[in-house]
Amino acid sequence: MTTAPVSKKAPLLHRLPIIREYRKSVGLQRWMLLIGLIITALILLMAIFAPLIAPYGYSQLRDDSGAFGARVAPNAEHWFGTTVGGYDVLSRFIWGSQTAVLVMIMAVVLSLFIGVLLGLVSGYIGGWLDRILVVVADAIYAFPSLLLAIVMAIMISGGQSDMLGGILAAALSITVVFIPQYFRVTRAEVVRVKSEAFVESSKVIGASSGRIMFRHVLRNSTRTLPLIMTLNAAEAVLTLAGLGFIGFGIEPSSAAEWGYDLNRSIADVASGVWWTALFPGLAIVLAVLGLTLVGESLNDLADPRLRTRRASGGGKVQSTSVQAEQADAQTDADTGDEEARA
Amino acid sequence: MTDVSSLSTAQTATAKKRKSSSLWKYLLVRLLLIIPTVWILVTMVFLLMRVTGDPISAALGDRLPADQLAARIEEAGYNRPLYEQYFEYLGGLLRGDFGTTISDNRPVLDVLMTYGPATFELAFYGLVVAFIVGIPLGRIAAYRRDKWQDAGLRTFAILAYAVPVFFAGLMLKLIFSVWLGWLPVAGRISTGSRRDLILIDNPTGIYLIDAIQTGEPAVVLDVLSHAVLPALALGLLTAGVFLRLVRTNMIGTLGTEYITAARSRGVREHRLIATHAWRPALIPIITVIGMQIAMLLGGAVLTETTFEWQGLGYQLIEYIKARDFVAVQGIVALLAVIVAVSNFIVDVIAAFIDPRVRY
Repeated sequence: MTTAPVSKKAPLLHRLPIIREYRKSVGLQRWMLLIGLIITALILLMAIFAPLIAPYGYSQLRDDSGAFGARVAPNAEHWFGTTVGGYDVLSRFIWGSQTAVLVMIMAVVLSLFIGVLLGLVSGYIGGWLDRILVVVADAIYAFPSLLLAIVMAIMISGGQSDMLGGILAAALSITVVFIPQYFRVTRAEVVRVKSEAFVESSKVIGASSGRIMFRHVLRNSTRTLPLIMTLNAAEAVLTLAGLGFIGFGIEPSSAAEWGYDLNRSIADVASGVWWTALFPGLAIVLAVLGLTLVGESLNDLADPRLRTRRASGGGKVQSTSVQAEQADAQTDADTGDEEARA
Repeated sequence: MTDVSSLSTAQTATAKKRKSSSLWKYLLVRLLLIIPTVWILVTMVFLLMRVTGDPISAALGDRLPADQLAARIEEAGYNRPLYEQYFEYLGGLLRGDFGTTISDNRPVLDVLMTYGPATFELAFYGLVVAFIVGIPLGRIAAYRRDKWQDAGLRTFAILAYAVPVFFAGLMLKLIFSVWLGWLPVAGRISTGSRRDLILIDNPTGIYLIDAIQTGEPAVVLDVLSHAVLPALALGLLTAGVFLRLVRTNMIGTLGTEYITAARSRGVREHRLIATHAWRPALIPIITVIGMQIAMLLGGAVLTETTFEWQGLGYQLIEYIKARDFVAVQGIVALLAVIVAVSNFIVDVIAAFIDPRVRY
């Protein structure tokens, strides 16, 4: 580690996952990534500052001037109108982001943790444990994720819950769906890395299996994880909304959830009331869109077949791009060396 | 055993014969793989649903007094050890017995036979829309890569992914049924036409086929008009997935050297895209489409709820509301079988197209 000259590395900021990809991107791909990042940041800000932004509480039915009234069309008082139950649509739009972000983070962190651990152990140890886990993961992977989430939700909450219980139930249901994805990717990488020379040398110098797994193999097997995490975060929002839509929603008095609100709006739509369906739906679309744009861009940038390259016309541009890629290759090689030496 | 003998004679046999014997071996192995897949899923669903309690308390716990509840549990055998119930459940499944629903006391298989065709019909329409829209657009996007057409089509694909199918359904319904009044709001058929359908001899449950059997153009038209919006909602969103898939794989094959060679020989661009670049791209596309069947079924559950389409998904939600978990378990187990079988069919098709898939 000390032997590698620090000056040769790109600054830390440029090596951070998303920023590194951003610097690599050009044209349309850069725009997609940028728009995605902006939308995602907006949703996150909305979730964090919901108490400050939202005009009313998510379960508030009246203010000083009396009850809000049911199915009130958008007006100066209620920009997005009110629902059939008398809630303010704009407030539930904003508060909903908090529920979505909480579930998203919980689901992704939990499934990342469990999936990577299982993939690591399964890939490194191999044998019958590996075979069983692979067959089980494949079976789960092939199954409609929403149905699996329904079964999990029944098991965890029996279908109804308060805020924390509901969020936890939704997050856990989604976690089970995601674990196979992290498992498969990590396992594939681990199987590849396991045969590298530095693993063998660690064994020769007498490092324990645990140390080899976590210090050497794991660190070299995480290339594709940021990509899956972003796409899974998007899917988590969709699954949460799907669960809410079919009636595993979190009760409106305990938290705001977009899928539940959409379910309530089925009857509204038939009678021409559009605002109760449009706004929660748009919220879901925006949240998923932002994350998907980021994930898609990362995917394209990671795949050399799909990466748009800088035009070869301008000499200056080309030379910097080569340097950037060299710097990248250098950092990759550096980390590889570190692992070998550590 | 027969495989081994056919392999030993394969050296003397023609190349064609050798090819077919390994193909059958592959198909047999693949067919046998269905069993563990279904078994794992069914076991998992059983365990998950029973870990927290018996289905009778879940369905009736708040309505019956404790002694009657205990009697019902006793009668249904839910007080026995879990492993005993599990083996009985497995045995039942092997005999085609998926259990009996608690809320309306119907055999689950009966529910499946009644509502399955509706779900199949919807999924089929969705798939047709997805193919018709997704594949040509994906080819265009790949060919016009990084041009404005590509940018537009990719935006559509990403939007199609980001829009939940039930939101798309609600918006389509709002615009075309409520505001414009062009199409029916919900359901599979109007009451007048349903009377005609009851009269036919061999109802399949697939309304389009049944409507054609009546020989009344008005009935066929009625059935189709009910199907337009659900099929569009489900199909357009799936089309986005197909579009991306076709695009990615076509870009891969369009970049290969044999395409450049074909182009330099003067093969026309249209033919290049339709045949030369398309055929090799088809294998991964078919494999992924197989996985989409699972997604399509999940989407069908949500679409059915949006349009009150009386299929398995709609029924599933009704049973969830009634907290009838025997019915839920039965429907989920059946869907597991369907997914496993359709994945098998897709693999068979892929094996016939691509010799490399067989081992």
